[in-house]
Amino acid sequence: MNFTKFPKLTFWRAVLVLILAVGFYSTVLRFTRGLGAVTNLSDQFPWGLWIGFDVLCGVGLAAGGFTLAAIVYVFHIERFHAVLRPSILTAFLGYALVAVALLFDLGKPYNIWHPLVMWNPHSVMFEVAWCVMLYLTVLALEFSPAILERFQLHTPLRVVKAATIPLVITGVLLSTLHQSSLGSLYLIVPEKLHPYWYSPLLPVFFFISAVGVGIAMVIFESNLSSRAFGREIEMPLLEVLGRALAVVLMIYGLLKFDDLWVRGALSHLREPSTETLLFLLEITLGLLFPLLMLFFRKIREDREGLFAVAVLVITGFLLNRLNVSITGMEASSGVHYFPRWTEVAVTLSIVGVGFLLFSLAVRYLNVMEKQVPGARYQVPEKTSHLAPLS
Amino acid sequence: MSKSILIDTTRCIGCGACAAACKVVNRLPFDKPDDEKNRPSATCKDDDLVAFAQSVGADELGGVLSAGKLNVVQTHGSIFVRRFCMHCQEPTCASVCPVGALHKTAAGPVVYDADKCMGCRYCMMACPFSVPRYEWKALLPRVKKCTMCAPRQAKGLQPACTEVCPVQAGIFGERDDLLKEAEKRLREEPAKYFQHIYGKEEVGGTSVVYLSAVPFEQLGLPANLPSDPMPLLTYRVLSKIPSVVPLAGVLLGGIWWITNRREEVAKAEGKE
Repeated sequence: MNFTKFPKLTFWRAVLVLILAVGFYSTVLRFTRGLGAVTNLSDQFPWGLWIGFDVLCGVGLAAGGFTLAAIVYVFHIERFHAVLRPSILTAFLGYALVAVALLFDLGKPYNIWHPLVMWNPHSVMFEVAWCVMLYLTVLALEFSPAILERFQLHTPLRVVKAATIPLVITGVLLSTLHQSSLGSLYLIVPEKLHPYWYSPLLPVFFFISAVGVGIAMVIFESNLSSRAFGREIEMPLLEVLGRALAVVLMIYGLLKFDDLWVRGALSHLREPSTETLLFLLEITLGLLFPLLMLFFRKIREDREGLFAVAVLVITGFLLNRLNVSITGMEASSGVHYFPRWTEVAVTLSIVGVGFLLFSLAVRYLNVMEKQVPGARYQVPEKTSHLAPLS
Repeated sequence: MSKSILIDTTRCIGCGACAAACKVVNRLPFDKPDDEKNRPSATCKDDDLVAFAQSVGADELGGVLSAGKLNVVQTHGSIFVRRFCMHCQEPTCASVCPVGALHKTAAGPVVYDADKCMGCRYCMMACPFSVPRYEWKALLPRVKKCTMCAPRQAKGLQPACTEVCPVQAGIFGERDDLLKEAEKRLREEPAKYFQHIYGKEEVGGTSVVYLSAVPFEQLGLPANLPSDPMPLLTYRVLSKIPSVVPLAGVLLGGIWWITNRREEVAKAEGKE
């Protein structure tokens, strides 16, 4: 019998183990001593890193899934098929991990199922909860072909593939709803959220930035996977995505500037405050620099250049979500919030597990397109002639 | 029928009896442990409640709202200001709770059902008066806020805080009657009061209304609140969903069908 060798301890694996160890400790603390013992949350600041990053950023970063699915299946731009499955996987893992993060943040996580039977349709959070639950189901179904293929379950595979279009359309609708609704969560606090970020257009901004960061995530993930798994990168596809990203950034930029101007919020730029600093950082890193760079063909057609653009957009996106949920809410709260190291440990652990599960899925399932063009797994027209699964 | 409380800050003497009484009926620990010795039962007779609350009230002054303090008596300059849940007519907290754990009763109080709550704390985020507080140290944490003594009201009693007030700074009654009384005071002694009833129209009106000698921002009450209830801000967006979603679905389906047609034509032409 062949004994599998113990996996080699590389630097990143050591980092992951360390993070998971600290995360485990924090988890034990969380569930034995309560939220107050593990976080710096307070009555004045009830939502912190776990909402601002794990939920708001997590859901947004998983947005590549619905954008790509729409491009491939609804708009029939078939050539993006190669990057579709990894995006669906990222999305599925992203949303599943958001659910895990909620189990930490909710005061009574064992009641997480309550929105299924206790309804308040007036609540944006009710709508978010339902959309996320439904979307997780859709993503699981969209990703299932990878698993069904692995275990050669032909009939379920046929059923799922036949349902692809309705699933994708449902997924796009659900995604649009909850990506924008995460912004709508903050519509109810006009007197608390700083004018740099409060706007009646919050749902629109959240949606457009989700589309943008979704595209950036596809570029980012393609680059990382290419390096990690030794694959050729699909540059022509990414170049087109780069252009699409530029268009999305321009739309966002124009809308944002117009909105700030109309509401008289630009006058705050004269104030030398933390809010001004972080707002400018968000706009330059996430919008201005990448947009400028994307206008140069040399950068659009260069692997490293596009990667840099993607990293900038993702950073800007993260800054935006953290600014809305934390920076913009601090002044009105009267307190200063910064996450405790245990909060950070949980967050990093969840991210680490995400990377781990992604690489496991890539290793054991057919996630990445085979490099030989046209070698797509074909579903047989009829399955009756196939040998029964033993 | 909507019960309310009128707080006239020009009458409050800062005795703290209301804060003490609140702790008795809600079974919360006193600020001074010594006071625990003589703690009456939460369901004691009102006479005993009044006597006890007025005797230890001074020990309960100051502080902030918390899971252990649902009614605070704060000082702003030389004015005493009692803060607790405003029991809004269109409560923001109730509208944002995903599981409907908070709701406005017909009797007036906004009450909380801990069994439904999953602890998302959106109510704490959303409340324009920052009222709801949390049991951060508990393993089964609950949101905590004043209930306008809904259980006492159910028995025909008035809230503990208004029962024990020695100078009628806080009075309990029907909202319409209290508003008439407030308007009467503004009319009869215009020099004594700042000409505004706080809570009459703010965020759609609240069941707890205030009178003051000075502008209300000076009392720590949030200024510039709109007269529209906050829930409208999100309802404007949510109400559009049932009509937009089917339309968008048809649009996406249509795009798929159109682009699919092009593919089929291309395939057919390719075969020829």
